[in-house]
Amino acid sequence: MILDEAWRLSPSVALRPEPFGALAYHFGNRKLTFLKTPALVRVVEQLADHADVRATLRAVGVPEAQHDAYAAALEGLADADMIRPRADAIEEAS
Amino acid sequence: MRLVEHFEQGLDAPICLTWELTYACNLECAHCLSSSGRRDPRELTTEQCEAVIDELQRMQVFYVNIGGGEPTIRPDFWHLLEYAVAHQVGVKFSTNGVRITPERARFLASTDYVDVQISLDGATAEVNDYVRGPGSFDTALLALQNLQDAGFRDAKISVVCTRQNIGQLDEFKAIADRYGATLRLTRLRPSGRGADVWDELHPLPEQQRELYDWLLAHGDGVLTGDSFFHLAAFGEALPGLNLCGAGRVVCLIDPVGDVYACPFAIHDQFHAGNLLTDGGFRQVWQTSPLFAELRSPQTGGACTKCAHYDACRGGCMAAKFFTGLPLDGPDPECVQGHSELALAGARTIPAASQDHSKATPTRNQPVMLKLMTRPPVSDCAESPLAGFVPDGG
Repeated sequence: MILDEAWRLSPSVALRPEPFGALAYHFGNRKLTFLKTPALVRVVEQLADHADVRATLRAVGVPEAQHDAYAAALEGLADADMIRPRADAIEEAS
Repeated sequence: MRLVEHFEQGLDAPICLTWELTYACNLECAHCLSSSGRRDPRELTTEQCEAVIDELQRMQVFYVNIGGGEPTIRPDFWHLLEYAVAHQVGVKFSTNGVRITPERARFLASTDYVDVQISLDGATAEVNDYVRGPGSFDTALLALQNLQDAGFRDAKISVVCTRQNIGQLDEFKAIADRYGATLRLTRLRPSGRGADVWDELHPLPEQQRELYDWLLAHGDGVLTGDSFFHLAAFGEALPGLNLCGAGRVVCLIDPVGDVYACPFAIHDQFHAGNLLTDGGFRQVWQTSPLFAELRSPQTGGACTKCAHYDACRGGCMAAKFFTGLPLDGPDPECVQGHSELALAGARTIPAASQDHSKATPTRNQPVMLKLMTRPPVSDCAESPLAGFVPDGG
């Protein structure tokens, strides 16, 4: 469950602010993704500052009812390597 | 507001920027959309190109599609490539393969952030060389071989779909698979020299359907540069944005720094400004009156009455313009057949506003030989009825 995991923005990814949210571009795999809400942009930017995804969503003020939708969006970003599991969390688990 | 509506109103910087580095080319493809051949003496200098890259970095334009002409024959091409990548501007460049030697292929394989696209307009030498010129098929395949041997992964094979090659789509896919490459199919535009051969090369209506069905079946594994949104009027939308991005999320910088609304619209009518004389690229992109107009709500004209307008949005602006059709009417290749009357009627093909074609033919010029359907008339025939054969005569 991604909500309980620690993630961060991939180091190969740059964000460009846009009125709808942001463009996310991965310089390695050259994928371009649209972050379609400003809240999702803040979540992605702040993933590294919080213990897990759920804490990030709360800090950004995403209502609980939307957590599953945000989790699905983040899983999509993870598939494209836009966000990565945090190394510190992996070390703790192992 | 839906994402697509944001795009229609334009973004602060383009998503898809094409930069033609030179009008010089070793080939003379019959359908060249930039009418390339000869280098323009006003071509941007190395320093001016570096300044453009610096500005793209500041605007966070994450990558550019570099083309030409043949970009690799600019002596500073490899320098500019490295300069761009070092400034967080990724590069995809289009080439006919002429300079992709084993050594260059090894260099390309060693870089991140660089993508190579080899142009191939036939899956056989016969079909390819017919429009791209003798030897161009072998050049392209040698470049692909060199890239594969060097360990370059996932090159792109870029195909302009024509009447002659629509039947070869499976063969193109096989070539791509053989070289570990990805197939990219794009639409033939009547732009540049393409205006001269469009009537002969553009796919027939039943071939549009064949192409559409093939794209639906192969969808995700094939790139299209979003160029077939006019086919969405067949029913199901193809993957991609399905809108005209000209001046909204797309534009072109030409070799002398002129900025046009899209790569298929190199004409005064779609000229937004020049980055040397109008204060730089950002200034042109954000303040050009032409781009402001393209970003304002558009009317669909005759198309708004059509049930498929929401799917195809009236098709491609450049295709309409260069075939002499009204910009607020149907696309010349409207799959519902709504442009047939207009195409058959009186229309004026706009004169080209620039042409860098070679003044005299070279050995690389394609020879589009066709069987004559009428006997030749001698230049010296004086009879006013020379060449006229009455019906039943």
